[in-house]
Amino acid sequence: MSEIKPGWKELPRGAVSTKSSRDYETGDWGISKPEFDREKCTKCTLCHFFCPEGAISIGEGGYPEVDKDHCKGCGICAEECPVKCISMVITK
Amino acid sequence: MHFDGDHEMNKQVLLGINGDESVAYATKQVNPDVVAAYPITPQTIIVERYSEYVADGEVDTEFVAVESEHSALSSCVGAAAAGARAFTATASNGLALMWEITYIASGLRLPIVMAVANRALSGPLNIHNDHGDSMGTRDSGWIQIYCENGQEVYDACLEAWRIGEHPDVQLPVMVCLDGFTLSHTMENVFTLPDEVVKAFVGEREFIEVEGHAGKTEFRLNPEVPLTMGPVDLQDYYFEHKLQQVEAMEYALKVIPEVDAEYEEISGRSYGLLHPYMMEDAEVALLGLGSTMGTVRYVVDELREEGVKAGLIKMRVYRPFPSEALIEAMGETPVLGVLDKTVSFGSPGGPLYEDVVTTYYDEVERPLVADYVHGLGGRDASPKLLRGIFESLMEIKEEGSVPCKVNYVGVRA
Repeated sequence: MSEIKPGWKELPRGAVSTKSSRDYETGDWGISKPEFDREKCTKCTLCHFFCPEGAISIGEGGYPEVDKDHCKGCGICAEECPVKCISMVITK
Repeated sequence: MHFDGDHEMNKQVLLGINGDESVAYATKQVNPDVVAAYPITPQTIIVERYSEYVADGEVDTEFVAVESEHSALSSCVGAAAAGARAFTATASNGLALMWEITYIASGLRLPIVMAVANRALSGPLNIHNDHGDSMGTRDSGWIQIYCENGQEVYDACLEAWRIGEHPDVQLPVMVCLDGFTLSHTMENVFTLPDEVVKAFVGEREFIEVEGHAGKTEFRLNPEVPLTMGPVDLQDYYFEHKLQQVEAMEYALKVIPEVDAEYEEISGRSYGLLHPYMMEDAEVALLGLGSTMGTVRYVVDELREEGVKAGLIKMRVYRPFPSEALIEAMGETPVLGVLDKTVSFGSPGGPLYEDVVTTYYDEVERPLVADYVHGLGGRDASPKLLRGIFESLMEIKEEGSVPCKVNYVGVRA
């Protein structure tokens, strides 16, 4: 993180965020990411609703897709998947 | 300081009301969007009267009857963040329960106005006046105004909005009135017509900030969302605190400006502090709140007896008006400081410490002694204050301070 941060005179008053939470790529906090087995997936969307980061969206064909920039690899989706089609793959 | 029969007097209505009612009446005229409060002696009359105004349809205010003071101030934080004018009132342990939120209100730069009917903190249980409650929040980033009488309470409750909402300030303001001594004492209070107050306070001003969704007014608005008070760690928190330091410095300039504008409509102004008989004073007392009215009486007596006594009433305690204090003091050689609170284990009371810090680097500085008085409502009588002046005169004669911190009016 070598970004130059603004000084106290430049920053907006009121300690408001200058960035959205989307701008913070918290995905690098985790060590694993979910992978979806589309053969088993029933498109129930439970993983989407359980994801605490809002990192799983429903994409093409109704299948879940993970936003790897924001997935922290908690594994809740894999735990909750009723047909166990999600596996957590170690990425680092 | 005292009303001098200015021509504007004709337009004003003289009411016989107590300090709490002065707060409620002034706030009724301001007609804030939200009042969230929890009753606590000696502040209760404020919320009682205000809830009557709401019930009678005299104000448009959303009155939130909360279950605690923590919620009262939290509600004000939410309301002020949404762009509302928000008011609350408390005292003593109620303010102590708000303590966490006082820092959030100032840190988020929300210009809430709060009346504090100063009351001693438990325990042991005491409902009477001292300044322990508001002094406990002196570092919380709120502007603090201490009132001498009911008139000042009314006037401060109008000025407070303009001060706190000034674009350079954007800070919450605490209007402090001594419990019972002011809160429950009926006095003559000159009140301005509603439309004059309305024109003076105007509408809340919003600064422009650049949030994650672009430039917007500093208030929560779904059209241009803004995040207030997010996690602010090692890399930003310090900068935001420095902005609060700067805002306090601006407040030192803004308060006299607002006060001068208020004088134009009311004939009354107070400044940051008010010196009395200080031109040639040899001994002087500095203090906050209602005690200073009694000190003025004693100064008048002493002057008649040929003693060159004076006083400085500090109206604005945060930000601390160091320059104004030095100017008001002039060459006065001896200063007694009246602290109406005790700071356990410290070198002296908070007001004394601030005065001594102000003077440390000055080449010409007075001999200073601290007089802790009036704890838990103990009377600060003319006799007691006269005794303090006598001790100041001894300090002047001897050229040294035998006892830096004195506890006066307490049984030996």
